Amino acid sequence: MLDVFMLSRMQFAANISFHILFPTITIALGWFLFYFKLRFNLSGHPVWMRIYRFWVKVFALTFALGVVSGITMSFQFGTNWPGFMEKVGNIAGPLLGYEVLTAFFLEATFLGIMLFGFNRVPNWVHTTATLLVSVGTTLSAFWILVLNSWMQTPVGFELRDGVVHATDWMAIIFNPSFPYRFVHVLLASGLTAAFLIAGISAYRLLRGDNKQAPFLALKTAVYVAATLIPLQIIAGDLHGLNTFEHQPAKVAAMEGVWETKKGVPLLLFAIPDEENRTNHFEIAIPKLASLILTHELDGEIKGLNDFEGEHPPVGAVFYSFRIMLGVGMLMLLTAWFVSAKLLRKQTLQKNILWGLVGMTFSGWIATLAGWYVTEIGRQPYLVSGVLKTSEAVTDIAPGNVLFSLILYLSVYGVLLIAYLRTLFLMARRAVEIEEIQPAERKTQKNSPFYSMAHHSINNREVNP
Amino acid sequence: MIPDTYLPIIFAGLMALSVIVYAILDGYDLGVGILLPLDNDQHSDKMIASIGPFWDANETWLVLAVGLLLIAFPSAHNVILKELYIPSAIMLVGLILRGVAFDFRAKVAQTDKHRWNQVFKAGSIIASASQGYMLGCFVMGFESSSYAIAFSLLSALGVTCAYALIGSGWLILKTTEDLQLRAIAWAKLTGKISFIGILAVCIVNPLINPLVYERWISAPFIYFAAIIPIASFALLLAGHFILKRLPFEGDKGCWLPFFITLFLFVLCFSGLAFSFYPYVVPGQLTIFEAASAPESLRFILYGAVFVLPFILAYTMFSYRVFWGKTKDLNYY
Repeated sequence: MLDVFMLSRMQFAANISFHILFPTITIALGWFLFYFKLRFNLSGHPVWMRIYRFWVKVFALTFALGVVSGITMSFQFGTNWPGFMEKVGNIAGPLLGYEVLTAFFLEATFLGIMLFGFNRVPNWVHTTATLLVSVGTTLSAFWILVLNSWMQTPVGFELRDGVVHATDWMAIIFNPSFPYRFVHVLLASGLTAAFLIAGISAYRLLRGDNKQAPFLALKTAVYVAATLIPLQIIAGDLHGLNTFEHQPAKVAAMEGVWETKKGVPLLLFAIPDEENRTNHFEIAIPKLASLILTHELDGEIKGLNDFEGEHPPVGAVFYSFRIMLGVGMLMLLTAWFVSAKLLRKQTLQKNILWGLVGMTFSGWIATLAGWYVTEIGRQPYLVSGVLKTSEAVTDIAPGNVLFSLILYLSVYGVLLIAYLRTLFLMARRAVEIEEIQPAERKTQKNSPFYSMAHHSINNREVNP
Repeated sequence: MIPDTYLPIIFAGLMALSVIVYAILDGYDLGVGILLPLDNDQHSDKMIASIGPFWDANETWLVLAVGLLLIAFPSAHNVILKELYIPSAIMLVGLILRGVAFDFRAKVAQTDKHRWNQVFKAGSIIASASQGYMLGCFVMGFESSSYAIAFSLLSALGVTCAYALIGSGWLILKTTEDLQLRAIAWAKLTGKISFIGILAVCIVNPLINPLVYERWISAPFIYFAAIIPIASFALLLAGHFILKRLPFEGDKGCWLPFFITLFLFVLCFSGLAFSFYPYVVPGQLTIFEAASAPESLRFILYGAVFVLPFILAYTMFSYRVFWGKTKDLNYY
């Protein structure tokens, strides 16, 4: 029988893994929508509004899934991890509070106007609503990553009677790992949304949708991906160096280094064996890990044996890290290859389109793998050096947790399938929509400010 | 500078405010879900359209309420959620189901739409009933006697019915013609059940809950204790007579049922709040014992004081944008 600790960890992992899939899309998809809306406002070309209209529906669906799975998260702290709030509630509480106050209400309220208000408000208000929803999702990411980064690299506090008290809020918010993690996650979101847009648009093209909209959306997304991926590699590298400085045990697990040594090779593949504290079947490039992490061929990397009993489970961190890197490389190749094709000619062959369809959810895999690296990599601590995960868990009956875990897992399973099916159904339905008619394009004449004048009088009815 | 001793009171007030705002706002949209007719597609489309732009923000008040409990009174948050582990998990599943059903139903094939309507209705009922059940458990101080469970079940029914009542009030306000007539009939029915529910709680609660009994008969609460039920029943009576005559000529007064129910919610909630103050966990933990460190409360308070006016302003703006009778929802 599993104990309440393992069950609670599994439940938290299930909840956060399901939840993160949706915000990681919406954070960047909001900015994509804002860009589409701006292009429409400037050119007056209806194709941009077509793209907006399709993707705003995807946004609405994704956002709804993010909201409801997020509410579950806010209950988890109290239900399963009471020790967390008892020990660090003085810091975690206000940070979560700021997320609700500055982000949640903003995005939820303006989402209504963004989705249903186009004919009720002047165009510039609708554009502003789109902007504010994106600001909201990004602010939400800001606060939650502040808290997460503080749990990784806690500073700005003192212990009084075993309880954490804040001493310097600026230090807490801009803790050492925060800037790196924030940038890394935002770029990950940009890539996730870009590959989603490219993949679904490619699917529409394959289903015979020869309108302008899907091709233009695909092109935009592929160029964005091609631009973001090198930035992400740089950000990821800097994030790794920061982790090496502050959480050496995590890096040792990521690299599979057991003994502290100089000139450590980079393991492309290996099977870490935690029992015998060694690796099997190593495929390695000599001295490269040292070079990457210390910028010296003979730089020293501390091994896991220096942290015995205090380091994370090696296998999970080691493999997740390689999955993340592998998917990242695949993204780089795909985005650059397709961009090169697009720059030379304005069509794509079928097999390339299928390749993009295959990469639709590559962002999810990379994000989850990266998240596991950083979260499992923090174990056995919940807050590095301050609170162990095992000290925070609830003491309720394991049966209750098992019940809720099964409940959540079954709901999440059904919802994930429904979400994927609905996405592709929406794409197939969009194929049947007619192409933009010449009459619609008259609007273009008044550009760039056509849209500001248009719709300026809303057709709201008077309340009796 | 606010003295440390006032901070727990301020946060208890903020938390009470977000709970009542949540009950009213998400109450009406949960109520619309509870009432969703599965036999009339046009009606259900219209009903869901009436809450479409709002439900997301409405639900955020729950996150704020739970968040404030977590931030300001973490030990109470731990005790309460531990006691309510199973019902809160069930409530969350209800909220998840209705939240996603709202979006899925608009995007799937016609055959699946009916199924998502059922999910929306079931999710709304599950969420409302579990909230009522949890309220009952809270009032009974998390006892596990059969009395307490019976009371919690009564409370589950009461809250579900109250949400349906405010939901029908919302529909009378936002719809016309045959759907409005239907909503008036729903309001009459749920109004009667709410009357019985409030009466039952007023009688049962002091009888089985010594803490509440003592509070209700001691000054100064005895004055509130007298005023709240009288005012509530007066409102219910007024609602009853208005509903009998609705709809008025030119749809005048279509807002009355909603706002009468709103005041009823405020009255019942303040009755509860005064019954338990200063306890945050009845009989166990006061707000002063459970409060977080003052420096943390101050940090979030300054933010809240700055941000809340903005939240209220843009919430009002959103209601103004979607003012008037509901039209079909078009995604744009």
